[in-house]
Amino acid sequence: MKLEKKIERLTLFLRLDGELDMHTASKVRQAIDLEIEKRGIRTVILNLQDVRFVDSSGLGVIIGRYKKLLPLGGKLKITNVPPHIFKIMELSGLPKIINFYLDEAHAFEEGRGA
Amino acid sequence: MKTNQLNLTFSSIPENVGITRLLIASIGAQLDLSLNDIEELKVAVSEAVSNAIIHGYQNNPNYIVYLDLDIAGEILKIVVKDEGCGISNIEQAMQPAYSTDPERMGLGFVFMQTFMDELRVESTLEVGTTVTMIKHLKQTPVSSH
Repeated sequence: MKLEKKIERLTLFLRLDGELDMHTASKVRQAIDLEIEKRGIRTVILNLQDVRFVDSSGLGVIIGRYKKLLPLGGKLKITNVPPHIFKIMELSGLPKIINFYLDEAHAFEEGRGA
Repeated sequence: MKTNQLNLTFSSIPENVGITRLLIASIGAQLDLSLNDIEELKVAVSEAVSNAIIHGYQNNPNYIVYLDLDIAGEILKIVVKDEGCGISNIEQAMQPAYSTDPERMGLGFVFMQTFMDELRVESTLEVGTTVTMIKHLKQTPVSSH
């Protein structure tokens, strides 16, 4: 799993490349939690374009970050989800609680009162 | 009638979960399953193996997980076995949204159930857990002439 980070105006843009399972979930968890705790990041935009696999461990780390950001007044947004990954997410009910966007620009714009 | 058997014995480390997915994906391709079916098998195997490592062995890397694949005609049987702590209440463990860990969604068994045609879980405390999953392979349409 490769992670690509970019921070802009207290928003963490994180691009994941690889398979999101119990092995890689801890890496993603640590990467996001570090930015939340150390830098006060409150919006995380997760770009899943290059994610080739996800299972319940992968969904767990996403829902976990959502739950961590919620009481801090933060937000987790998901963008660029490939269709077969979305299918798994839909089964889990994730799209009912987390907002999905076409791309990072749409996710960044929303909620900024632009 | 196709028959094939594969047995994989591996350390209970997270890195190996991906290897079990590669194996089931290769078998699925060999059986001419659709990409969608292969994706679903990968998720089911990933869940069963992750459960063995996370719950059966409590993330202790010094144990062994067993994966047996058995193809007999139209039936693909996948057995994932651990010799870990066992599940005290299988019915409860299989409930959607039941999880011992707040970071997890309790979806492992739900995915296994959704993506496989049959799911059987046998568990004895301090002895281990065996998850048996069966997929009925679709018969290749026979040409009428």
